[in-house]
Parts: sequence; C-alpha cells; structure tokens
Amino acid sequence: MSAPLTTSTLTLGGAADGDAVTGRANIFEMTAAAEEAVLAPADVGAFPHDMRAALAARMARLNGDEAAAAHYEARMEGPAHAALADPSHPGEGPLLAFVDKTAAAPKDIVAADIKTLQAAGVSDADIVRLCELIAFMAYQLRVIAGLRLMGQTA
Amino acid sequence: MTVVHKFTRTVPEWRPRVRPVALDEATEAQKDALKITPSNTKVSDYVLVLAHDVESLKVRSPLFNAIMYDKGGLGRAEREIGALAASMVNRCIYCAAVHAARHAELDRSTALTDALFQKGADADLVPRERAIFDYAAKLSETPPAATEADVAALRDAGLDDADILDLTLSTALFGWANRLMHVLGDPVRKGMAA
Repeated sequence: MSAPLTTSTLTLGGAADGDAVTGRANIFEMTAAAEEAVLAPADVGAFPHDMRAALAARMARLNGDEAAAAHYEARMEGPAHAALADPSHPGEGPLLAFVDKTAAAPKDIVAADIKTLQAAGVSDADIVRLCELIAFMAYQLRVIAGLRLMGQTA
Repeated sequence: MTVVHKFTRTVPEWRPRVRPVALDEATEAQKDALKITPSNTKVSDYVLVLAHDVESLKVRSPLFNAIMYDKGGLGRAEREIGALAASMVNRCIYCAAVHAARHAELDRSTALTDALFQKGADADLVPRERAIFDYAAKLSETPPAATEADVAALRDAGLDDADILDLTLSTALFGWANRLMHVLGDPVRKGMAA
C-alpha cells in the first residue's frame, strides 16, 4: 500500500481518496509535476517564482476561485509582486492584459496580441513560458472545479 | 497560405507566431526533451516552439497521453468530445480539427461533428452526448459556469465517477492545449480562398 496521494489539485478539489481518483493517481502525480514546472522552474526566464505565484493567484481570482487564489498567494515569498494577484490591477505594459485575455477569453486572442508583446520587448521564449503558466492554470482550475462538483453530487 | 477561420475536420497546417527553437542551436536539455537522435531529427514547429520552455514540454506529453489514452473509465471517443467542446469554446481551429477527426474515426461516424460544426452548441445531439458536450463547454467557458445540475445530467445519462473524472480531465487538458496552439500560432492552408 502506498500512502494516499496528496497534491494541490486534489486538496483544492476536496477529493477524498476514492476509486475514481485512485484509478488516475498517475495523472494527478504528473499534474503536480507540471505545476512545479510552471510555478518553480529552474529556468525562470523573465518570470521569477514569486511573480508566477502572484499570476497564478490572479488567474484563480479571474475564475472566481478564492480558495485557489489563497493557495497560490501562500507560495509568494514577499510583497514584490503581490499587486499582480489582484485582477483589477492593470500593471505596466501589455503583459497583464495578455495574461487576462489568454486566461479568460482565449478565443479573442489574435496574432496582433503576440506582436504587441514582442514590440514591448518580451522575448519569444518568455512568451512561451508565460503561455505555459497560463495554460496550466486553465487546466488546474477546471480539474479542481470538476472534482468539487463530483463531490457535491455524489 | 491563408488563415483558416471555420471549424473543419480537415487538419490545417500550423504557422507559429513566435520563432521555433532552431535544432542547430538547441541546448542539450532541449534535444533531450525533443528526443532528438541522429536518426530522428524531424520535429514539428509546434513542438519546437514549446521547446522554449523545456521543463513544461517534458512533463506535458506523458500527461497528455495518460488523459486521452489510458485504459478504463470514459471511452476514448467521449473523451474526444471533451477536447472538442473546449476547442470550440476557445476557437482553436487546429485542435478542433484534430479532435473532431479523431472522434469521427473512433465513433465510425461523422454525425456528431457534422452537427456541431453546422449548428454549434444548438446542434441536435442524443441525450448522453448533449450532457457531455454541455458540461465540457461550460467548464471550458469558465469553471463556475459548470454547475451541480450539469454533473447531475451526466449521472442521469449513465456516467459514473470515473467517467466524469475522465471527462473533466480531457476537457481541462484542452483548456491547456488550446492556450498554446491557438495563442502561439495560426491554422493555415495553402491556396485556399479566405
């Protein structure tokens, strides 16, 4: 018997150890690895861990998930990027507008949005890094929401 | 090359909006994640774009394969409906094409994808597919849009916990994939009228 699996996804989703979750333990383990790859990568590019945690909290709030927002804020190491966790904070330059649009309305993203980032000096590698963080959070927040709904309707 | 704007099962090409990693400039870590060997040097532009973030690229493929192909739980065709609903909500033409084509192949029928591409969310679907599509589309729109009633509809349609979890995972996975594929490139086709 291995110890029960604990990951942020399962904890925030309120998932009890049950057949469904246990049957997909490999997926939750890989999800946890993917989370570390976007929140705490060795190669951070332009986005230090602290800033990534704040952006994760921002995206949780954009999707109405205050519990997840608090979880990611708790990963911040100091106040340097704390303002970013508030979705009403527009920030400087086009970065936060891009984060919010990609997180909440990806259907509206057009080629010009990427050109705007490039014109503002964001490197192509950093654009990919940022998209991976946003994309993982979109996945994470949906798995959490689904787990909660499963629990509520069990 | 013309950008494709309409949903289709005919998979377009993908034109990156950022510069893919050049193989002759790739780091050892990138080559390792890309599984580049002397006999395998063919890598898609999409994967070469993602190679800019090698740590994410490495964990992504096994997770993707487990969610879409691992045995048990929801059948593969119905997992594809989750992927397709997400891709339609997010207007990822490329992902929608790949996963509509895969659904038609697994289901040995184009009926569902024909209906969805012609009429969108108003398409006439059988109750089980209706419940699956609606839950996946709402979860894709924004997580709070999916409600207990949507999950109750899944249970009424015969899905158990394992099925609902698999549907949630495939839908959520395409919330991820669409934000790379649709954001970082354009679906294009040669010599096509706009």
